[in-house]
Parts: sequence; structure tokens; C-alpha cells
Amino acid sequence: MKKSFFAQTVLGLVLLFLYVPIVLVVAYGFIPNGISMQFTGAEGEILGFNAKWYRQIFTNAPSARKLLDSFWLSVEIAGLATVISCVLGTTSALALHRWRGRLQSAHHALVYTPLIMPDILIGISLLMLFVACQVECGFWTILIAHVTFCVSYVAMTVLARLQDFDDAVMEAAYDLGAGPLTAFFKVQLPMLMPGVVAGGLLAFTLSIDDVVITSFVNGAGTNTFPTYVSSMVKHSKNLPTVFALSTLMLVGTCALVGVSKALVNMRQKKMA
Amino acid sequence: MKKRSRLAEWLVTAPSFVWLLLFFAVPTLIVVSFTFHGHTANGGVAKEWSLVTWRALVDPDYPAIVWRTIRLSFEITVWCILLALPCSYAIARLPKKMRALVAGSIMLPFWTSFVVRVFAWKTMLHPDGWLQTCYISFLQVRGWLFGWLPAGVQSFLEWSGLVSHGAADLSTATILDSELAVVLVSVYTFLPFAIMPIYTAAEKFDFSLMEAARDLGAKSFYAFRKIFVPGVKQGIVSAILMVFIPAIGSYVIPQMLGGTDCVLIGNKIFMRAIQNRNIPHASALAALMAFSVLVPMGLAFWWRRRQNLRDKKRLADETARRMTMGGVA
Repeated sequence: MKKSFFAQTVLGLVLLFLYVPIVLVVAYGFIPNGISMQFTGAEGEILGFNAKWYRQIFTNAPSARKLLDSFWLSVEIAGLATVISCVLGTTSALALHRWRGRLQSAHHALVYTPLIMPDILIGISLLMLFVACQVECGFWTILIAHVTFCVSYVAMTVLARLQDFDDAVMEAAYDLGAGPLTAFFKVQLPMLMPGVVAGGLLAFTLSIDDVVITSFVNGAGTNTFPTYVSSMVKHSKNLPTVFALSTLMLVGTCALVGVSKALVNMRQKKMA
Repeated sequence: MKKRSRLAEWLVTAPSFVWLLLFFAVPTLIVVSFTFHGHTANGGVAKEWSLVTWRALVDPDYPAIVWRTIRLSFEITVWCILLALPCSYAIARLPKKMRALVAGSIMLPFWTSFVVRVFAWKTMLHPDGWLQTCYISFLQVRGWLFGWLPAGVQSFLEWSGLVSHGAADLSTATILDSELAVVLVSVYTFLPFAIMPIYTAAEKFDFSLMEAARDLGAKSFYAFRKIFVPGVKQGIVSAILMVFIPAIGSYVIPQMLGGTDCVLIGNKIFMRAIQNRNIPHASALAALMAFSVLVPMGLAFWWRRRQNLRDKKRLADETARRMTMGGVA
């Protein structure tokens, strides 16, 4: 078989292109002089790595306080938005799967359209709504906005899972005397759980990373992690702390994914 | 029984339906209605209906911005597809175990915050950095090559806008705060979203077809172009949509890396909505943006439907031909 060297070279270069900024994010978290973002000192000597910025994070130093506050606000909003959008997304997928008709066509259009709209349009239209209703922007408006764009993603993920779901299982549950609610909670929901969890994870990542929509509806003074970081163009003194915190987040996510992969593998081995 | 099922449908549909109606459909209508009002001096929306806002959109500034947004999104999409095609081809040809690993490592950079990655690029593109040095030498080489061209070609290239005047601005040229930076970082951001759908299509592609083409004497690239690319075209269409739509709406990247020259619709919307509080103008720009997203979407749907119809027709023709041939024989 003929090897395609050209395609493989392009793949290699693309991987390099994708990873260079990540490597730099990790490296910048360890440099001692934050302002110049250089690895060399004034006379060109190479500066040693140190953990100054990590110390600031772990000791909750005053200079990093705002950054940490914004980070925990992001986690809080992402968590709440995930829970709410999982509930709404799952009921939405169930309805779309179970019934057909004019109501469901309209419902499908409503769920599908946010997926193809650029974020900024969702952001501006929500801002207009809050302006028209004269609502003060803050925590609650951010939460509402995040739920709105997460619902569609959860619904589509669960719907994909429902396509493989065997409806005969539900019939069997009814025949054995289960009511609709029991059948749903004891039979259908556990079988759908992987889909709901996948949708929830997607919702959490989208919510914690969102900057466009949040920057429209956050009002003055409320900052999530991404909007706080993007406002740092003017005061970049703390930038290395941001890079250090991102490195911690990256390590945390990798660990979480690794553990969950290992758990799934263990369960599969047990089943086999 | 029928009635109860109807009630159940309403109960299950209601939560998501009402939520999206309130926070997606109604706000969209509000945006559209705001475009038909003027604005007041204190940043509100005027009471009476008028076409003032739509008329103001002809302000020579706006068409240029819309055009720049579409042109850059197009450039970004072309680069993403050109890079994604060989990448997904290479991944799909890897051994099965490796495939999942490489596909996963394409997505891994996305576990770092988007804004933080843009900041990493901002520091990399800094005028004192090594990428800037590369850029300057690239410009120098280009200017040197340009000098060798015959005068007629030179003036044609300058006239057509394909080449901006080379050597004059070498001292002030920077990657940061230029269109080049916006395209570069946008390609970086959207590339995985182009690779994934094409790779998914390539995984189902039957590579023995390529081998057959080569056995019949086709060169590698010819086989790639004539067999592989048409074979994954469904993936290419979704990749184009996955890149083009967010590129049209992009606002963070030009804001942080584009400087003052590279203002796109997204930035203008944000400026009008937050900074100078001209809500009707922001709404009208948003409507324009929605329009420039819906047109390619509509085209893609139309294309898919035409493809389906053509496939059906071809099948019918083939069947008819076979049947009549059979009749003759």
C-alpha cells in the first residue's frame, strides 16, 4: 500500500500548530517576571522557572482574588446551567421522539435554530429582551442566557441516544404493571443516562467557556472567568496567574476524563 | 385515552418549548421590531415607528464592514477545509487504535479556555516575538521576488489588489493588529470543527476505491481529488457550515487581535449595543448578520435536496433503462 506522506506531513504540522499555544500557556504559568512575558531577563540571561503564580492561587492572594472570584462564579453558573438544561433538554428530546405533529414541528424548529445561529445573535437578542423588560443584568440574566443556548445541545445529544432506544422495553414495563412515571424513572431514564451525561458535559464545557453571550448580558461588575480574562487587555499584570489557573484546569479536566475512561473500562470488563 | 395523551404531550413539551419561546423566539422578534424604530439621545428606543435605522445603514462605513466580514469568513473557511481534507484523510488511514487517539488529540486543546488560548496567541504575535521576525523576513523575501517581476506584471498585481505595496511599510508592518492575525487565529480556533465532520465521513469511506483508481493508473493527487473529495462531500458541507457560521459571528478574535483596522460586524454590534448604546443600530446589524448566515444555510439545504432528487432520478432512469433493455432482449 502506498503511504500518503503529504497528508501525514500536513497532519503533523496541524497538530504542532494546535499544540504550540497550549505548551506556551503552560510555560508562561511558570515564568517569574509577569509583565514582559519573556523567558529571558534584561541581559538576555535565561530566567529560571518558579511557582510564584501558583502560590498566589493557592494562598488566595489579594492580587488574584478577583480572578478566583470570577472563576468560582463561572463554575457556579456552569453547574446550575447544566442541571437546568439537562432537565429541559431531556424532556424536549422525549417529546420530540415520542410525538409527531404540528406542535412538535414548531418545537423542533425552536430547539434547532439556536444551534445554527452565531452566539452573538443570541447574546444581542437576550440583551434586547432585558432592555425591553427593564431587567437589571447580573447573575440571573447570565444563568438564563447560558441555559438558553445549552438546552438545544443537550436535546440533540439525548435525541441521538433515543434513536437507538428500543421502545418495546417501555411496552414491557407497562405490561408488567408500571405506570408511565415509574416506567420512565426506573426503565427509560437509566438507559438514557449516558446520553444525558454526555449532553450535560457538553453544556458544562460550553457554559464555562462562553464569553460572547456573557459579555452582552453580564451587566456592570459581574464577571465570569472568560469575561474577566478578556477584560485584562488593559491590566495584564496578572496574566501569568491566568495561565497558571488554566494549566490547573487543563490538568483537572484530563484527570477527570482519564478517571471516567478507566471507570467505563472497568465496568465493561466486569460485564464481560 | 386520546385526550390524556394530548395532555401528556403538552406537559412534556411545555418546559423546553416555553423556555425557548420566551428567551429565544420573543427576543428575536424584539430585535426585528427595534430595527424599525429610531434611537433617542439617552440610549433608549424611540416610541414611533420609522425607517431611520435602515436608511442609516447605507452609511459608507457599514457595507465595507459587512463585506470585510464575509470576505474574511470565506478566507477562513477555505483555509480550514484545505487543511482539514489531508488531515482527515491521514487520520482515517491510520491503524484503528491510533485513530481514536489522534482524533482525540485534535480536540484536546479545546479543554483550555478559548479566551486564554487567544491570549497565548496575542503574546506569541507580540512585535518583539519570533513570529514577527518570521513575518518580516517573509515580507522581505516577497518584496525581493516582486522586484524581479516584469514591470507590467507588477503594476497589474498592485492594481488588482492581490499585492499591497511591498517594501514601503516594512518598518511598521506587524502581524498583531492585522487581518492576517485574525485569519490565523480563527483558522486555529475552527480547524478542529472542520476536521471532525470530514473525518467522520472519511471513516465510512471505502479506501479500496482509491486503490482501484491507482491500479487503473491515476496519480495519487488525482485519485484524492476525484475519488476521495467527492466521497466525503457530505462531511465537507457540514464542515463549511461549522466554520463559516461562527466565523461570520466572530467578535472576540478581531477584538483582541485585529486592531483598529479589522472591525467586523460582531465588533460593530457590540460597540453599538454596549459602548454607545444605539440599540436600533445594533439590532439592524444583527438582522444583517442573521441574513448572511441564513443564505448559506438555505443554499446548503437546497444543494442537499437537489442531490437527493438527482440520486433518485438517476436511480429511476437506470431502472427504466434496464427494464426496457430487458424488454428488447
